[in-house]
Amino acid sequence: MSALCIRGLRKVYGNDFEALKGIDLEIQQGDFFALLGPNGAGKSTAIGIISSLVNKTEGSVEVFGHDLDREPEAVKACIGLVPQEFNFNVWEPVAEIVVNQAGYYGIPRKEAWQRAEQSLRQLDLWDKRTVMARNLSGGMKRRLMIARALVHEPRLLILDEPTAGVDIEIRRFMWEFLTDINSRGTTIILTTHYLEEAESLCRNIAIINQGEIVEHSSMGGLLQRLHTETFVLNLKGTIAELPELGGYVLDQLDDCTLEVEVTQDQGINGLFQALSRNGIEVISMRNKQNRLEQLFIDMVESTRKDGEA
Amino acid sequence: MNNLSRYWIAFSTIITKEFLRFIRIWVQTVLPPAITTILYYVIFGTLIGERIGEMDGFRYIDFIVPGLILMAVITNSYSNVVSSFYSSKFQKHVEELLIAPVPHWVILAGYVGGGVARGVVVGIAVTGVSVFFTDLNIHNYAWTLLVFVLTSILFALGGFINAVFAKSFDDISIVPTFVLTPLTYLGGVFYSIQMLPEFWQSVSLANPILYMVNAFRYGLLGVSDIGMGLAISIILLFILGLSSFALHLLRKGVGIKT
Repeated sequence: MSALCIRGLRKVYGNDFEALKGIDLEIQQGDFFALLGPNGAGKSTAIGIISSLVNKTEGSVEVFGHDLDREPEAVKACIGLVPQEFNFNVWEPVAEIVVNQAGYYGIPRKEAWQRAEQSLRQLDLWDKRTVMARNLSGGMKRRLMIARALVHEPRLLILDEPTAGVDIEIRRFMWEFLTDINSRGTTIILTTHYLEEAESLCRNIAIINQGEIVEHSSMGGLLQRLHTETFVLNLKGTIAELPELGGYVLDQLDDCTLEVEVTQDQGINGLFQALSRNGIEVISMRNKQNRLEQLFIDMVESTRKDGEA
Repeated sequence: MNNLSRYWIAFSTIITKEFLRFIRIWVQTVLPPAITTILYYVIFGTLIGERIGEMDGFRYIDFIVPGLILMAVITNSYSNVVSSFYSSKFQKHVEELLIAPVPHWVILAGYVGGGVARGVVVGIAVTGVSVFFTDLNIHNYAWTLLVFVLTSILFALGGFINAVFAKSFDDISIVPTFVLTPLTYLGGVFYSIQMLPEFWQSVSLANPILYMVNAFRYGLLGVSDIGMGLAISIILLFILGLSSFALHLLRKGVGIKT
């Protein structure tokens, strides 16, 4: 069953700016889906329409079979939203924010408190329940928005850059948390500018650029299309000049650091054999660029060039 | 759970949230109208009122009680909704309601209910203060309560519409300062329109607050410059018009949706 089915979705703002140019998108139930795109591509507009914060110009949106135009309340009941910007009352205590949100979904106050406690404990915020939201740190505010979005147990959770500006420890915590709730059946749509985040969490992906979907496939399938990867090698000793490694394109960054381009046909085994033959020992290696990032930039660039042409 | 139960929970959640909001800051919301009213009683009632004598058969201080109570109710019902709803737009937490399965009429009823709640709390505080300065004998309890609640609803609706259109904090103070306060002062709070020349009596009849003040005065004192049927019809007409307009704005998403 589709968790989300969008057909011909179009949005034209008052200044005639066409933010979405009739996009189609289908996301299956249980998926962990990445919606990527550069700033201003139309991601937040699409999310705004799905979550009833933006009026669409044309097209249809269905969430778990409920049409947004015909059954808006059924659609809203299915969705939990974690927006990009903080959008809670900073003058309210943490627990009340979550309890009130439950109330808007028709959850009785006593049960709302129980659910709020559960959500806040899961996100390690229960100790802060009486603290005014304005006094929370940035990471706590992000977690509060997740707790609030989950209090009515939505079937579809939409996260618009949930880890923006949080430290790596909290980011890891959120990754584990989101993976856990996804494994228990919640469909997740994630937008992020941290592409390694999308690569490690999501199974399927769509890339949106200039109001159009330019890619919609599985994460694995997309990454397979990457023909060349660039690795940075830290060497044990120093080298005076570039070695001859038979077909591998090399660049010497300094005395003990090499940059190597490896195509899918060549593979890494061959590279290490060639290095050994030349008496070069490698201490460590890393990707110069995240693999998805490389593809993302290529796609966005090519759409931009097509647009200019 | 049926829809009505769900709507009731959402409605009571909004009201509870609004009630806790203004109670949390009672020093800014409940105390000032009580102090202002004391000043009115001391200056206009005791000091100047003694020299004015009677008005419509009542001591001047007794005559101004209904107007002063209703003035506090009008101001606070209006300002509660205008500041709360504008703040929810400004901080974007109105989105909490927009993404939830809450119909527009429940959102409107919740905010208006919050305004009425503040009107009631402030009304009780101001009435409590009045007891120390006047002999408060309520002429008709049912009528007093009806006018009190309907006036509060009307001005809470006004505050809501103001907040929908407001784009800055300045915009939420323009109407109370330049429209509401003059109309209230000229609405017969401190005088009977019978004292005015005929021309100004006719002009005063165009002021809707005159009807509310007089209807409330009838409830408390049993005297009024206006017929009660007309007064209540005007109040209900305004409530109907403003609530229809507010719902239309919510449906269109004016000021809250892109």
